[in-house]
Amino acid sequence: MECVFGLVGKGFAIVAADTSAVNSILVHKSNEDKVMVLDSHKLLGASGEPGDRVQFTEYIQKNVHLYQFRNGIPLTTAATANFTRGELATALRKNPYSVNILLAGYDKGVGPSMYYIDYIATMHKIEKGAFGYGSYFCLSMMDRLYHPDMSIEEAIELIDKCIIEIRTRLVVAPPNFVIKIVDEDGAREYAWRESIKSPDVSMA
Amino acid sequence: MLLLLFRLSFLSFFPSLSLSQHFAPTGTKPHQRISVSLNFKQRKQREEKRRMMMKLDTSGLESFSAAVPSAMAAAEDQLFAPPSFDLPAGCADFDKFQMEAKQTLKHAKGTTTLAFIFNQGVIVAADSRASMGGYISSQSVKKIIEINPYMLGTMAGGAADCQFWHRNLGIKCRLHELANKRRISVTGASKLLANILYSYRGMGLSIGTMIAGWDEKGPGLYYVDSEGGRLKGNRFSVGSGSPYAYGVLDNGYRPDMTVDEAHELARRAIYHATFRDGASGGVVSVYHVGPNGWKKLSGDDVSELHYKYYPVQPTPVEHEMVDAPPA
Repeated sequence: MECVFGLVGKGFAIVAADTSAVNSILVHKSNEDKVMVLDSHKLLGASGEPGDRVQFTEYIQKNVHLYQFRNGIPLTTAATANFTRGELATALRKNPYSVNILLAGYDKGVGPSMYYIDYIATMHKIEKGAFGYGSYFCLSMMDRLYHPDMSIEEAIELIDKCIIEIRTRLVVAPPNFVIKIVDEDGAREYAWRESIKSPDVSMA
Repeated sequence: MLLLLFRLSFLSFFPSLSLSQHFAPTGTKPHQRISVSLNFKQRKQREEKRRMMMKLDTSGLESFSAAVPSAMAAAEDQLFAPPSFDLPAGCADFDKFQMEAKQTLKHAKGTTTLAFIFNQGVIVAADSRASMGGYISSQSVKKIIEINPYMLGTMAGGAADCQFWHRNLGIKCRLHELANKRRISVTGASKLLANILYSYRGMGLSIGTMIAGWDEKGPGLYYVDSEGGRLKGNRFSVGSGSPYAYGVLDNGYRPDMTVDEAHELARRAIYHATFRDGASGGVVSVYHVGPNGWKKLSGDDVSELHYKYYPVQPTPVEHEMVDAPPA
């Protein structure tokens, strides 16, 4: 149900996630941001049980900030990924977190990188990946259409193709998606892809 | 002989029960089991025991089989078998039965509550029925809990859980005020509650609540549940009747409603949910949270509301009896 996917391009990495918060048959809201900005140059896209997702990602975010406060320099993406995986692994046999994570970051000198971290603390460094029911459709598309060092336009085109495929083929397709990008200028929101706009007062 | 037949006529055949009790207790090794040397009669009776568990051990009594040939031994089993019953359903596995019994009595969030933000503040509304499975235990439950004069919480799920933890949240909010010399924000209060509920995750708390209030940033509304989820939003409905309420609420909602229009929308949404959902009913309470705190707007019985919205129409009798026209 919850789709998170992403890829690494030339000098940037993109993470996209759906934005619906669902409880059995009810959609509580369609603009829930599931891609967290960990720090200036890192993105954490997470899917899983609602309580676990928020609590675990906030825990990782605070620890990343704490490292920077204590040591004056930010963690690298690889170090963050290994820390995250370590926390999931420690909790696994006691009080497991049901969260799947795509961690993307940009490091000076190394460039962009993306890590796939499973709910059972599997970790892989990847160029493209996806979680959730959407992965059944996205992974093969990305395998077919991805090539290393894609430009931003090509990458966004591929992401949009994945979103359209999910909307077409998934029976309980989430209507809205958020796309975030991280490159040498930092981590920021790139776009929303909304097919249902709710007539609300502006969200804080 | 006559006595035997008389007795036999009272007996009925009972199916044999599971034999697990007659095997050696699990965990004993063969050499640990005590071996007993038996004579022919005792061995035979032990065999019968294995076939029909509830048979009395008559080896100590003066029995038929001593005087009577073995052909009658079969009848003897049935004669001396006390009446036995099937174990009641569910007792073969008592733990599973307990779990199932608990499930039927579980509230499963049988209620309808809703809250929404609009330009003039927050409206919070709820029904007042408490049900246990198919039994309505109360029609007058207060499901909107006053945490402090500017914050409200709604109750869905376990009544005791909601009341206790909201009261606890009120205490924590007051402590925050005293420690920091300023009121706690709705964001902060909902995060306090969400963290507490997260730490009790998996232990059986059942809470689906909305925290609504007015703080320095304006109106605030959060949905918090016992699975640890916390959502910020503008419109929520929680409980078994929530899909019905969402239908009416989503349709009539406009951000620029007046307080009266919003009041009527909330009341109507809860009424329609109580009409269709069996676990919701009683009285609709509607509160409004403005910049100066909350105020209770109304409390209407849903059955009276029904006749107000759908008054009884005088229906013409379909087939009126008229006299036959005179020939």
